Amino acid sequence: MSVNIVLAIFVTSLATFLSRILGALSSERIKETSKIFKWFNCLAYATLAALISRTIIFPVGILNEASYFIRLIVVVLSLIVFLISKKNYVYPTIFSAFCMSLLSNFF
Amino acid sequence: MINREFFFKGYKSILAHDSPAIALGCCFIAIGALLKNLGFNIQESIFSTMLTYALPGSLVMAESLLVGASLINIFLAVWLVNARLYPMAVSLFPLMIHEDQPKWKYYFSCHFIAVSAWLIMKSNYNSIPKKQRIDYWIGIGSATWSVAIIGTFIGFFFSEYLNKDMMMGLAILNPIYFLCMMVGASKTIQITLSVLLGAILGPIFYFLTPEWSILLGGIVGGTIAYLVGELHVS
Repeated sequence: MSVNIVLAIFVTSLATFLSRILGALSSERIKETSKIFKWFNCLAYATLAALISRTIIFPVGILNEASYFIRLIVVVLSLIVFLISKKNYVYPTIFSAFCMSLLSNFF
Repeated sequence: MINREFFFKGYKSILAHDSPAIALGCCFIAIGALLKNLGFNIQESIFSTMLTYALPGSLVMAESLLVGASLINIFLAVWLVNARLYPMAVSLFPLMIHEDQPKWKYYFSCHFIAVSAWLIMKSNYNSIPKKQRIDYWIGIGSATWSVAIIGTFIGFFFSEYLNKDMMMGLAILNPIYFLCMMVGASKTIQITLSVLLGAILGPIFYFLTPEWSILLGGIVGGTIAYLVGELHVS
């Protein structure tokens, strides 16, 4: 590994903290009823959704080794579990882990 | 200082029936195992989670280290993938700002901005008096942060027992949990459209520019959703 691990940790945490502190500082003058707050709310949800779909469709790390088809099946089945469990968050989450492990083992 | 009652109320929110603790813990178990396989020692793994406390950022760091990227490349890659924390902070802190509360609480607690804590706060802030929201938030943040650290610890020491299929199961858990939370949070036109457009545009922009895809997808999707929502209201 060419880069020192400790330096990589500091650089990663600095890059992450920068967005957090800038967000905290610039929200001092923003009122929760303002239009700019509403806009940022939309940006936050959309950016999160973009991150989640990118993580599933173009994953970084070990998920890359599972085929698109397997990932799609796991997502669809988990959403079905979410809807039939009256929008419980824990059941589909645990189900997805077992489903992915089983499918990647068999295919 | 910090109001104990509301701090613990926030801390206990991870014990709720639909708590993110299990998903979050399992994801950091995967991170702990990944970091160990990369050659991190236990101190480095724990410090990485404590200081970064953002899963996609840690994954990007791990990938960058694997391919031998430079520090500047790591900084840029992590900043781009974690830039979502900026709009998340701006759409959360105005809900908690109160003139009687000292500013250090806001600067200190911005470190806890992460998807799970943010979504818990967003769905519960209405039930907390505005003055105490920051203490409640620090409680939620401390709880999710502790879960992440414990998860990393477990993952580091149990990595030998986790095979490839189990690691894949742990890796899919987090996006599925967040996906369900986003679907559950889609109660207004603006938020539903933001989630839908972000989810569609993020991968589309990936074909044009992989590094900027999350930010571009979020900005374009969120702005369209905001404008459509405003038109619908007026």
